[in-house]
Amino acid sequence: MDRPFGLLAELTYACPLHCPYCSNPLNLGDYQEELTTQQWQRVVAEARDLGVLQLHLSGGEPLQRRDLVDIVRFASGQGLYTNLITSGSGLSPRRAGLLRAAGLDHVQISVQADERALSDRIAGMPSFERKLAAARLVKKLGWPLTLNVVLHRHNIDRIGRILDLAAELGADRIELANTQYYGWAQRNRAALLPSRAQLERAEAEVRAARARLQSRMEMIYVIPDYYSKYPKPCMGGWGRRQLTVVPNGDVLPCPTAHTLPLPRASVREHSLAWIWEQSPLFQRFRGTDWMPDPCRSCARRDLDFGGCRCQAFQLTGDAARTDPVCHLSPDHEIVAEAVRAASGETREAVLIPRPHPGARRRE
Amino acid sequence: MLLTPETVTLLNGTGAAILELCDGSRTVTEILAELHDRYDRVADDEVQLFLSGLLARRCVEVSHG
Repeated sequence: MDRPFGLLAELTYACPLHCPYCSNPLNLGDYQEELTTQQWQRVVAEARDLGVLQLHLSGGEPLQRRDLVDIVRFASGQGLYTNLITSGSGLSPRRAGLLRAAGLDHVQISVQADERALSDRIAGMPSFERKLAAARLVKKLGWPLTLNVVLHRHNIDRIGRILDLAAELGADRIELANTQYYGWAQRNRAALLPSRAQLERAEAEVRAARARLQSRMEMIYVIPDYYSKYPKPCMGGWGRRQLTVVPNGDVLPCPTAHTLPLPRASVREHSLAWIWEQSPLFQRFRGTDWMPDPCRSCARRDLDFGGCRCQAFQLTGDAARTDPVCHLSPDHEIVAEAVRAASGETREAVLIPRPHPGARRRE
Repeated sequence: MLLTPETVTLLNGTGAAILELCDGSRTVTEILAELHDRYDRVADDEVQLFLSGLLARRCVEVSHG
């Protein structure tokens, strides 16, 4: 059986921002009973024994956990490569210094746009200036810096200027990834999915920026999978390379797999090794035996693994179907229709901001 | 093995040997010279290509000091 390389630790779903493309679950309030510091340390140690090399600390906003420095120090002591994925909120000079001393290897900061008004509007609160300050602090302390930019209808036209901002901040790496439609992003899909014309312009801008900035930073550009011919090889295959532990201790093959009608697995009840190797959840879509046609007989089945199980379930109601993104899927019309709508007449769908976990939902 | 923010790269023996020579003081010419000392056959252009690839991914930096 394959061994996992990476553990995504979603430490908390608390976050001061309200990004409408957040992939966190809609039922945020159900995750408030978070693992303790000791429980996280046990998870990290078990992950390392299982073969994990990289620990990605995310959320929500991981800096909202007061014990973040302790978790980083423990993981670093276990020899893991540690990566903080943050909005930048809460990265004070003091906290950053402590994280540096604790052995944190890398920082990724999310940026919503290249200028304050739009960035703050997307994030749902004033945060742009703090992000810039956090990015400069990361560089000052000698960390490598990655900027994460989630692209959508409202910021994709500014991609060239976002790249210039990244260069000005001295980013070593930038991920320009179009929104993936899960969680809050799925709810806001009509307002977020860019048009084909927007994507074509963005691709031209990325090509130009590559020529201009190539020696200064690594650039990763990801188109929305709705526009690709084949589906994404989600997580590099189910239960194959990565695992995610969410704030309440549930373990998932990917951060959105909680949406699937499958039995839960929790570190509160089982070891990580048992969950990885034996739990029904991790076995369900491992390998290729579960596949229906057209995947079963497809030459690409070991390349994209049938695409995303969560997307198949979300769009067809059956998690075992081919990802409808694939042009060979019998359900592809569902995706084609969303793409046509995004590229049709201009319409202003309303963005629903992601709330705080403690906020009651009014339905 | 090379760990970068979102990937794990398994280097073969040759790749690892080249990367180990990137120690912050050797120039590319010196790295090539060292490889020629150690091995009978060294494809200079492939070493250059490998280092350019690492540079593009920001796995190494060129120091102009």
